[in-house]
Amino acid sequence: MARFKKEGSKEPPALNTSSMPDIIFMMLIFFMMVTTMREVTVKVRIKAPDATEVQKLEKKALVSYIYVGPPLQTKLGTESRIQLNDSFRNVADIAEFIFSEREARPEADRPLLTTSLKVDKEVRMGIVTDIKQELRKVGAFKINYSTRKKAEAND
Amino acid sequence: MARKIPQLNAGSMADIAFLLLIFWLVTTTMDTDTGIVRRLPPPPDPTAEPPDIKERNVFNVLVNKSDRLFVEGRLGDIRTLRSEAKEFLANPYDKPDLPEKKFEEIPGLGQYPVSRGVISLKNDRGTSYDMYIQVQNELTAAVNELRDELSKQRFGVKFADLKDDLSKEAVQKAIPVAISEAEPENIGGK
Repeated sequence: MARFKKEGSKEPPALNTSSMPDIIFMMLIFFMMVTTMREVTVKVRIKAPDATEVQKLEKKALVSYIYVGPPLQTKLGTESRIQLNDSFRNVADIAEFIFSEREARPEADRPLLTTSLKVDKEVRMGIVTDIKQELRKVGAFKINYSTRKKAEAND
Repeated sequence: MARKIPQLNAGSMADIAFLLLIFWLVTTTMDTDTGIVRRLPPPPDPTAEPPDIKERNVFNVLVNKSDRLFVEGRLGDIRTLRSEAKEFLANPYDKPDLPEKKFEEIPGLGQYPVSRGVISLKNDRGTSYDMYIQVQNELTAAVNELRDELSKQRFGVKFADLKDDLSKEAVQKAIPVAISEAEPENIGGK
């Protein structure tokens, strides 16, 4: 017993914490990099299809998103729904949505506005066709079918 | 027996941290949105006559509600669609049943036979979005491959690597994205 006591009475070496700020900064900046600012909470399931001929969308500020897919909350059923901003909407609401998106941008940028369709791969084309017809009516011609990049040579 | 534990040298810790930070900075990709870019046509003018297009200039692609592919009226395969579309658009041997070409003056390329062929894509309301994207992808790939070939032949680099806007526009004009989507019809119901 006395032996242990003798050792315990020794002073432990001081932990060097001078590099702690560096580590914290590193983590901070790492999280800053990987975090995407998302204004909306996606309420539908979106598993984008794969494609090889994808392009990167330039200028994120000039993109408005339309989400289509089955609701994540299963009590809302499995029928595909359209989500604009934060709520479920109908095809008829798309025109208004596009107008408000245009209003939110400076006038010079409005012709460059792209609509990105984020659609689940199991959605039927009927609803997508309806959306495209609405977009044509309001003159939002630039669209982007959101897809993930797939590796080439699949056969 | 009790030795004094030597002080740990932590001077290089900051360097290691920075090294890691820079490693992540380089390797992390932000969640960028990627996709297939398309331009929708303006709404049809009800008074306008439908344009008179010759049969040889149209390449019909139809996807039905059970995701079956019909190419020029025959059962098609997604794996051969790309090469078929390429042959249609390029018409390398000037076959009489493939599209006509019209010589056009393109700045940067000179006289170039621009194909007048149009790929007409039609889908059912019941087609799955995945299949639709696969078809769009193959057709886009056909156009991109033709552009790459022309660009390599004339400028020595792939289309994506072209630096100046003039040659980019020239290639785009020589091989346009001639994919037209038919006015939707409600065939198979929901």
